[in-house]
Amino acid sequence: MSEKKKWMPRWFYQLASPRWSYNIMGKLLPGFAIAAALLLIAGTIWALLFAPEDYQQGNSFRIIYIHVPSAILAQSCYMLMAIAGAVGLIWKMKVADMVAKSCAPIGASIAILALATGAIWGKPTWGSWWVWDARLTSMLILLFLYLGVIALHSAIESEVTAAKSSAVLALVGLVNIPIIKYSVDWWNTLHQPATFKLTEKPAMPAEMWVPLLVMVIGFYCFFAVSLMMRTRNEILYRERRASWVKELVEQK
Amino acid sequence: MGQIVTKEESSELETTVSGLFWAVLKRDLMLAYRKKSDLFNPLVFFLMVATLFPLGVSPEPTFLAEVAPGVVWVAALLATLLSMDSLFRSDFEDGTLEQTLLSPQPLFFVVLAKVLAHWMMSGLPLTLLAPLLGVMLFLPGEGMTGLMLSLLLGTPTLSLVGAIGAALTVGLRKGGVLISLLVLPLYIPVLIFGTSAVQAAITGLPLGGFLGLLGAMLALGVVMAPLAIGAALRISVSG
Repeated sequence: MSEKKKWMPRWFYQLASPRWSYNIMGKLLPGFAIAAALLLIAGTIWALLFAPEDYQQGNSFRIIYIHVPSAILAQSCYMLMAIAGAVGLIWKMKVADMVAKSCAPIGASIAILALATGAIWGKPTWGSWWVWDARLTSMLILLFLYLGVIALHSAIESEVTAAKSSAVLALVGLVNIPIIKYSVDWWNTLHQPATFKLTEKPAMPAEMWVPLLVMVIGFYCFFAVSLMMRTRNEILYRERRASWVKELVEQK
Repeated sequence: MGQIVTKEESSELETTVSGLFWAVLKRDLMLAYRKKSDLFNPLVFFLMVATLFPLGVSPEPTFLAEVAPGVVWVAALLATLLSMDSLFRSDFEDGTLEQTLLSPQPLFFVVLAKVLAHWMMSGLPLTLLAPLLGVMLFLPGEGMTGLMLSLLLGTPTLSLVGAIGAALTVGLRKGGVLISLLVLPLYIPVLIFGTSAVQAAITGLPLGGFLGLLGAMLALGVVMAPLAIGAALRISVSG
């Protein structure tokens, strides 16, 4: 036990308890909700009204403030789903399974948002709604992976088996994501390179990328809020026979 | 006395990993050989899909020559997928799979042997049949080697990845459509590099790079996929 403590913080083990997770998520929820609302409102107003126009694309480029955050988030969400699935497989944590399950529909809808905003943006800039370009295609495949996980989860009746199976599938997909990304990259490309890179300064001026960064963080907070709400629902549903859930229901 | 006998027996029956591998491979091939329709159906399907394209799109030789690599590869991919569902199904239904999982032998090699047997009955005949489809679709002669080599390297990866889907859905009644949903997105890299290799061969470009990438994916698949297949089988059988 003492050895375990060295490399895994205590809260990690506490997360295994659905009740503890339910309560801690309830405490974190308002903070993230306020942060998400403030950041998204501020970012949207800043992006739409005050950020400078693009010298080539005019005002149509402003959709970047929705498109880029959703595209980044769709990928992070898949990572989280796979990692939560792995935690569920390795440590047999019920809460991790629930987080992984809650990630899938959120990730899928964000991937759809990224694809839809990309299509809307593509029409004025490239002259067509869809091109078979590397980024678009790999995003579409990401959406297919999400749909596969959702389909597998709903096809299996036992919750425990469904969680394990979809975790395996998510992990296989995780191995495949870099392969898909690069294979599609080498195949055909038109999309501009990534806006944010860890190693370089963004190519656009600060007045443009600072609101974008605000939007990205806002999207992450929003994701945290919706994930926690979904997971809390899932916890209540699956622990509906536990005494603490019954007490909770009776109190209200 | 008894002890000595068991010792002798155990050394005689000692199942080395390679012995186990060959035994499983032989068993699966024999089972497939005795049920020949399973062997031929995917091949007939492969031919039929390729026939649909000239009928449905255009019988023009120049057009067909252009799309031939993609059509042959997509047909091969779908044919592999079609045969995938039966990979663990009969073993699951008669309880063999459960016994295999309970046995002390490493599951990794059992699974690998099963996938290899599946490939020898689906991917290998598809590869051998591919030149016929190439001729039907007016694929230029220079592309034939590229087509065969890329299929030879690519179809084992398809079998390995497809087996993960088959293992995940083996306990379900309506596995068929679900397998396609799970596995098709994972097939895309193989499809891209497979068709690129054929295109490169047609235009006279070196195809070593594409074949190298297909080989790399196969190597990754051989190492990683049996682990995932084994884990998925354990989940499906215990659930």
